[in-house]
Amino acid sequence: MNTGETAINRIRIEVPQSSARPVAPARPAAHAPGIEEAAKGQAPEAAVTIEAIDPAQVEVEVEKVNLWYGAKQALFDINLTFAKNKVTALIGPSGCGKSTLLRCFNRMNDLVDICRMEGTIRVGGRDIRDPALDATELRKNVGMVFQKPNPFPKTIYENVAYGPRIQGVRGREKLDVIVERSIRQAALWDEVKDRLNDSALGLSGGQQQRLCIARAVAVEPEVLLMDEPCSALDPISTGRIEDLMIDLKEKYTILIVTHNMQQAARVSDYTAYMLMGEMIEYRETKELFSRPRDKRTEDYITGRFG
Amino acid sequence: MSRKPNILRRGTPFIWLTGGALAMSLLLVAGMLLLILWKGLGFFWQKDLTLLRLNNGSAVLGEIVEREAIPDLDSPGAPPKMRVKVKQGNRDLYGADFVWVREDEIAERERPEDALAVERLGWGDFFGYLKEIRDGDKVLAGGGAEGLAKLQELLSADYELRARIAKVEKNQIGAINDAIHGAELELKKLAYYGTTMGPEVDAQKALLAEHQKTYDELVLDLTALRRKQTVSVTLTAEGGAMSGGQQKEKTLPISELVEVLQPNRMGLGAKAAHYASQLWSFVSTDPRESNTEGGVFPAIFGTVLMVLIMSIFVTPFGVLAAFYLREYAKQGRWVSVVRIAVNNLAGVPSIVFGVFGVGFFIHFVGAGIDNAFFPYMGNTPVFHSGGILWASLTLALMTVPVVIVATEEGLAAIPKSMREGSLALGATKFETTWSIVLPAVMPSILTGLILAMARAAGEVAPLMITGVVKIAPALPVSASFPFGLERQFMHLGFHIFDLGFQSPNVDAARPMVYATTLLLIVLVLVLNIGAIWIRNRLRQKYSAATAAI
Ligand SMILES: Nc1ncnc2c1ncn2[C@@H]1O[C@H](COP(=O)(O)OP(=O)(O)OP(=O)(O)O)[C@@H](O)[C@H]1O
Ligand SMILES: [Mg+2]
Repeated sequence: MNTGETAINRIRIEVPQSSARPVAPARPAAHAPGIEEAAKGQAPEAAVTIEAIDPAQVEVEVEKVNLWYGAKQALFDINLTFAKNKVTALIGPSGCGKSTLLRCFNRMNDLVDICRMEGTIRVGGRDIRDPALDATELRKNVGMVFQKPNPFPKTIYENVAYGPRIQGVRGREKLDVIVERSIRQAALWDEVKDRLNDSALGLSGGQQQRLCIARAVAVEPEVLLMDEPCSALDPISTGRIEDLMIDLKEKYTILIVTHNMQQAARVSDYTAYMLMGEMIEYRETKELFSRPRDKRTEDYITGRFG
Repeated sequence: MSRKPNILRRGTPFIWLTGGALAMSLLLVAGMLLLILWKGLGFFWQKDLTLLRLNNGSAVLGEIVEREAIPDLDSPGAPPKMRVKVKQGNRDLYGADFVWVREDEIAERERPEDALAVERLGWGDFFGYLKEIRDGDKVLAGGGAEGLAKLQELLSADYELRARIAKVEKNQIGAINDAIHGAELELKKLAYYGTTMGPEVDAQKALLAEHQKTYDELVLDLTALRRKQTVSVTLTAEGGAMSGGQQKEKTLPISELVEVLQPNRMGLGAKAAHYASQLWSFVSTDPRESNTEGGVFPAIFGTVLMVLIMSIFVTPFGVLAAFYLREYAKQGRWVSVVRIAVNNLAGVPSIVFGVFGVGFFIHFVGAGIDNAFFPYMGNTPVFHSGGILWASLTLALMTVPVVIVATEEGLAAIPKSMREGSLALGATKFETTWSIVLPAVMPSILTGLILAMARAAGEVAPLMITGVVKIAPALPVSASFPFGLERQFMHLGFHIFDLGFQSPNVDAARPMVYATTLLLIVLVLVLNIGAIWIRNRLRQKYSAATAAI
């Protein structure tokens, strides 16, 4: 996708020179203004490489997160920060805990009885497990797009209006505005503007997924989580959604899980590589793909994994 | 190289076995339906009248309904002798509706053109000839063609009179009766609470007197109308083949006649028209002659109303229970036990529910309601006796497992991703359940309801002890509280049982049994098709759970 390429080129990542990083996890490596130097001093085994992000630009912070499903540990001591208005990709082999990590951010894991988490996650500076913060309130701020398109069995209009309605938006005119804006944001408007009252289930898979994106952005979240949003789609639909992500990051912070290395390279600013519940390497996307630090990352992205 | 598996291993016999089993079941069902259709629909067809002249000089006029071989045990090899069953009608004259006539005793068969089939209010059909028509002592017409024309003319005039009488009787007198009853109840109530004098009592008494006056006037009107029905018809009958055989005469007031036909003169068209009108009056009129004649309208009404009341109770109840079981209860051993118990409840014999209905609804809840709200009724029970409400509730209880199971299956089929989609937008669990899960599970709920209705409409045993009666004086509806819900009612299933097995005249009632059975089947079918239609519309709307996800 050419657009993806240009988009990557367009975006300049500012690596801050400041060493005062109050929000970043206290990792020696993270202090380093120059990543190269920091990596040099580390043993390859503990090589969690943390990208330095301007504290003012941090949207999501993950601190010492461990997570268990019953007795089985799925995440091991994850420390990360995600930058505002950037696309961050999570990559890694199947079962390494990408979805699990993503679902931590909107507390979707609360729905799993046996799941238990330790550590701290802050979204927009606020601890997501703050007792004063309701899970539903958090989820309004942290939207999610699922692997398979899951539109509600309602009309296209009602799908998008659902979230705002839940939040108490009343009145047809207000909803009309939100619906149109959201569907436009999801680059779907031209295709559905004449059939807003048709069932959403009559849309193609790619259209459904964009509808789900429209549905998610209709409540104006800060963060958008996308768990393999293109895995059920054809290349054309995938391309449209990738373009969309690049547009959307102007407004939202996007975290995307993907198995598609090219996709990660095309759309993301930062990439995190996970393996068996551990964060192996987390850096600027171009860096990670062109010069992986960790042997395991290199194996994975060059396809020598397993 | 490749060994061809033998026939057993390939499973060919198994295919035959399964196919055969299916074919067998279909055959049985089709056979049953055909029999009921044939017998049930045949009932309304006007047969020709045949006059059998017998060797002994007597004669019998009637419809030939059956022909069979006479069982002959003495000479098994001989060609069988036949006999015919004749519906001779005229029960009042000859004692029995049906007679068997041996074919070797028949000298002659005739098809008299002017023989009449007379449907009348009492004593079943009359077959015979018109002799004369009189108005008091004055002879208006004799027999023959012009006599019949005159009779039809008088009859249609009398129909109008009857309609007016019915109007006075049913609407006006009925309303006044209700009003009188209401005023009396008011007085009773006042007396019970210690008011035996005063303006309230006086007002009620005045009202009562006024109603009584209107009532008396109406009764006078009625008698005046009835006085106009002076015409009488004398008919001659031919029958009693077995009892020596003699011609008999019968004089009937015209108000007794329902319809007078000359079956042997009727063409196919006339018969078809008559057939349609018979069918209509069967479903739209009240029964007569301890249910063996007339229509079954009150039974249809009772059945439909009962099923509807049951649906109103069973649906929310079953749906809520299923939602709790599947959405809120912590899945585990306890829930499994409950689920198994619910499933087994569906297999409990229905009479058990009936007994529970009597014990709990009538004698506990009903008695409680009577004590609390109708203490002034004294020993007259209101809810403390069988009624349509209790019967419906009993059936609701019986069918609630069906709804629970169907709803639960529907809930289980709704993909998790759909709920997560809603939750991820910040909806609470309740909002998700209400706006996403409930609409999507609606088709399953309706499936459950369809099954429940089908089961309820065909159930008889528990109803017999909770409110169904052979003849109900009034339909179980009324405009004022408690809206007739406490009334006993008629039901098609019980009607069938009563006609077929409790009737004083089983032979005559048998065709009615089939007709009523057919009607019950049609009714269940209509209710089901209605529900299926609604479900399919919903499915189209939410072709959800199955389609895209
Ligand atoms: N609900 C659950 N109950 C128990 N274990 C679970 C549950 N969900 C995930 N796991 C386990 O947690 C680990 C991480 O799963 P996760 O779904 O996060 O992997 P993933 O990286 O998203 O894989 P994929 O790329 O295949 O989606 C796996 O070993 C998985 O078996
Ligand atoms: Mg996953």
